[in-house]
Amino acid sequence: MVDQIAPEQTHTIDEAIAVLKQRFPNVVSDDSRPGYQGVVIEKNRLVEVATYIRDQLGFDYLSSATAVDYHGLEGSTDHLEMVYHSYRISGGSALVFKAQTEREQAEIPSLIDVWPGADFQEREAWDLYGIRFPGHPNLRRILLWEGFGGHPMRKDWKEPYYEQEHKPFESRWPAGYVFRAEEKNAYGHNVQYPADFDLSRLKDTSDEDVYNSMGLGVDVQSLGGDDISTDRLVVNMGPHHPSTHGVFRMVMTLNGETIDQLEPVMGYLHRNHEQIGERNTYIQNIPFTDRLDYLSSMGNNHGYVLTIEQLLAKGARYQPPTYRAEVIRVLMVELQRIVSHLWSVGFLLNDLGAFFTPMLYANNEREKILDFFEATAGSRLMCNYMRFGGVFKDVPERIYGVANYVNDRVRDVDTMEFLTAMINERLPRFLDEYEHYLLDNEIIKTRCIGVGVIPADMAIAYSCAGPLLRASGVPYDVRRAEPYSIYPELDFDIPTGENGDIYDRMVVRLKEMRESLRILRQILPRLESTKGESIYAGRRDYNVRAPLGESYARVENSKGELGFYVVSAGDPKGTQNPWRYHIRAPSFINLTALGPMSKGHKVADVVTILGSIDIVLGETDR
Amino acid sequence: MALTTQKELDLRQIHDTEFPLPDEIQGTLAVTSLSRIYNWSRRSSMWPLLFGLACCAIEMIGMASSRFDFSRFGMEVMRASPRQSDLIIVSGTVTKKMVVPIVRIYNQMPEPKYILAMGACASGGGPFKEGYNVVSGIDKYLPVDVYVPGCPPTPQSLLYGLIALQKKIDGQSIANADDVPWYGAGPSEPTPIPILGPDIIDPRQMDIIRRQAEYAAQGKPYGVRELPPPMEIKKKVSAKAAALAAATVAAAPEPLDENRLKRRMEALERRRAFATKNPEV
Ligand code: SF4
Repeated sequence: MVDQIAPEQTHTIDEAIAVLKQRFPNVVSDDSRPGYQGVVIEKNRLVEVATYIRDQLGFDYLSSATAVDYHGLEGSTDHLEMVYHSYRISGGSALVFKAQTEREQAEIPSLIDVWPGADFQEREAWDLYGIRFPGHPNLRRILLWEGFGGHPMRKDWKEPYYEQEHKPFESRWPAGYVFRAEEKNAYGHNVQYPADFDLSRLKDTSDEDVYNSMGLGVDVQSLGGDDISTDRLVVNMGPHHPSTHGVFRMVMTLNGETIDQLEPVMGYLHRNHEQIGERNTYIQNIPFTDRLDYLSSMGNNHGYVLTIEQLLAKGARYQPPTYRAEVIRVLMVELQRIVSHLWSVGFLLNDLGAFFTPMLYANNEREKILDFFEATAGSRLMCNYMRFGGVFKDVPERIYGVANYVNDRVRDVDTMEFLTAMINERLPRFLDEYEHYLLDNEIIKTRCIGVGVIPADMAIAYSCAGPLLRASGVPYDVRRAEPYSIYPELDFDIPTGENGDIYDRMVVRLKEMRESLRILRQILPRLESTKGESIYAGRRDYNVRAPLGESYARVENSKGELGFYVVSAGDPKGTQNPWRYHIRAPSFINLTALGPMSKGHKVADVVTILGSIDIVLGETDR
Repeated sequence: MALTTQKELDLRQIHDTEFPLPDEIQGTLAVTSLSRIYNWSRRSSMWPLLFGLACCAIEMIGMASSRFDFSRFGMEVMRASPRQSDLIIVSGTVTKKMVVPIVRIYNQMPEPKYILAMGACASGGGPFKEGYNVVSGIDKYLPVDVYVPGCPPTPQSLLYGLIALQKKIDGQSIANADDVPWYGAGPSEPTPIPILGPDIIDPRQMDIIRRQAEYAAQGKPYGVRELPPPMEIKKKVSAKAAALAAATVAAAPEPLDENRLKRRMEALERRRAFATKNPEV
């Protein structure tokens, strides 16, 4: 009896959808394509329905907003689509809603007033897909530069090195005749220019646009003149700056030492993951996910394989990963979380001025974990370890390496002994020591407590995730909110902060490492007892064919909630390549809050605030 | 810098082997050339720019920290300012948006300056080569001295690359103006800074871009070069071998000689017997 449910009492997604359809007949309709979920909303009333979804149904957390281009797909209309995934902060699965628009003059109302966290994601959709968002106050390109020719993620836009729609390319396989992509291009570079390109009118305006959009009212061109009577100062930090953690740039206007306005400028590491991912076959994308958040490659692998497994599960021949595979996955992911947090705490201290010494200690422990990764996956950093239905290789009996001598001797230790010693003794001891020096330090306290505060409601509205969200006192962790893998049977707490300042974020990270160790201590006996069991479900399938449909899976990565949105469309027998491959990158979305967070602070604090968000540029710019 | 940690200067490092010394005074006296001592001091205090681009930068920091510790080679000070550094390690994917600042930074470095391309991306585009925003290697814009392969290169291989750079410096001579162009007359030319238009524009390519635009205006194909058709892979056969092959075909294969067949069967028998006796072999 659907009509008796009051909106605030809807528990399941189906109930929520039923209420929505009842409340907005003709506006909200089911997404009836096979394999799809959620509802399609008539775009003119999107804002109204979204407000209802947030306020009445309680889906207050917008996890991901992304565009899909359905151009040239057989059996589908030619349209662009925005896909939104909203969640309740109390946990549960997603309410997915979509809005469609025609490709010419594409326009969808902006949801920035409902969820401010949509800000950067809508700008990205404008940049890559050319969808306009009326109501967005600052709709400029975000990853590419102003003036770039075209919207590259549209299906009819071809990159200069375009060869074929899908891999494996015919030129490479089976004939094996290979040429270098530069050879085909007349310029010998990875460039192309539109046919009506007029060199004489060329002007590089990419920088000016940034300043103009900040409403500086300063003509940058004439700054050299003698009529500067402004007392605001424009300061550029980055893209080459030692404390922006990579190639990130911030443009600030200062009033004295105080920040008036801060505008993040990114895209300096935009490597087109998503577009390359759509050319790749499913399995070819696994090594690419390593290079997203390059400090936690295992976590990225995990998110991606979960997404594809979720897609494969719609088909008949799917076998879920074996128990041992799940155990090994959690082992790797939790170790990787420690690696990443060690790095981030170390670098935060770097930003505070304790240049490199704390970092060196953290890095020493990190190297030990990397040794284990190297012995297992074959690589220290880019592990490329997980597969659909299992993992690539079992944990080795012994960790053996000639490349890194320890005291002039070949490294050769028993893996289980190594892990046990590390998890039970070495890392806890290190954390004790680290906390002892850090938490009571006078300088750290003065510089971190009360700086860069973001209150809980604001953190949720800005779609913050991970330690950033939890430090504001919101106990939201995907491992608990929407459990996956074997996390339901593991015992761990979710550390939260109280004030949402830099100090709390650091403490949350330190506590999370302890929780990871607690998980790992439960993993060790499971690893021992499943020894010899299969690490792979069924036959190894290198060229998977995914059934049609969409899938969105997310994991709690070290930086926050990492989600992958994959659409499989086309061949009814199952597709080999994703039609759409989108990454919900926590580093990218967390940055939305950087501007509001740094307002009113001193310029030296902004470095620390950025450090406390803990971004990795590979993931921010993708 | 490296020397301060040593008790005393090991003179063998700067001694030039062209001037032989008796064994007993080796290490206490050095006879050397100006080039050699100049190169030795330069390469022993090679300060890299503190400049990380992408994933490879993580391994670069790994190399800089305690376990691998590249200060053993006189490089301990990474400088954040290009004005104070001798070497730029391009550690990651060079995107079109980023190449503009990189060229600027390179122009700001004082000579002598060196570039090390770390990883597949900086050397040639790497896994992301086909991406629309990726430059196929930093050498499209700047002269590279050492390439280090890998994705990412391990800290060990990066160290190897740095040692290779030191060897390269060792081989230079002040007497040769090509080796030390920075002593030439007048300031050296800065690398032209790329422009961000509808796509990135290398100012050195203005001519070819203009020409292609003319083709486009005339409706001719532009922007692509047609490749020759895929070559057929044929085994090359020399005349002699061909004659031999023809001869063997002509001589009809005789049935195996009876004796030879017998011997072969015996050998096979022996091998089998050996295998059953020693199963572990
Ligand atoms: S070579 Fe590999 S590891 Fe290095 S920047 Fe490129 S993708 Fe990253």
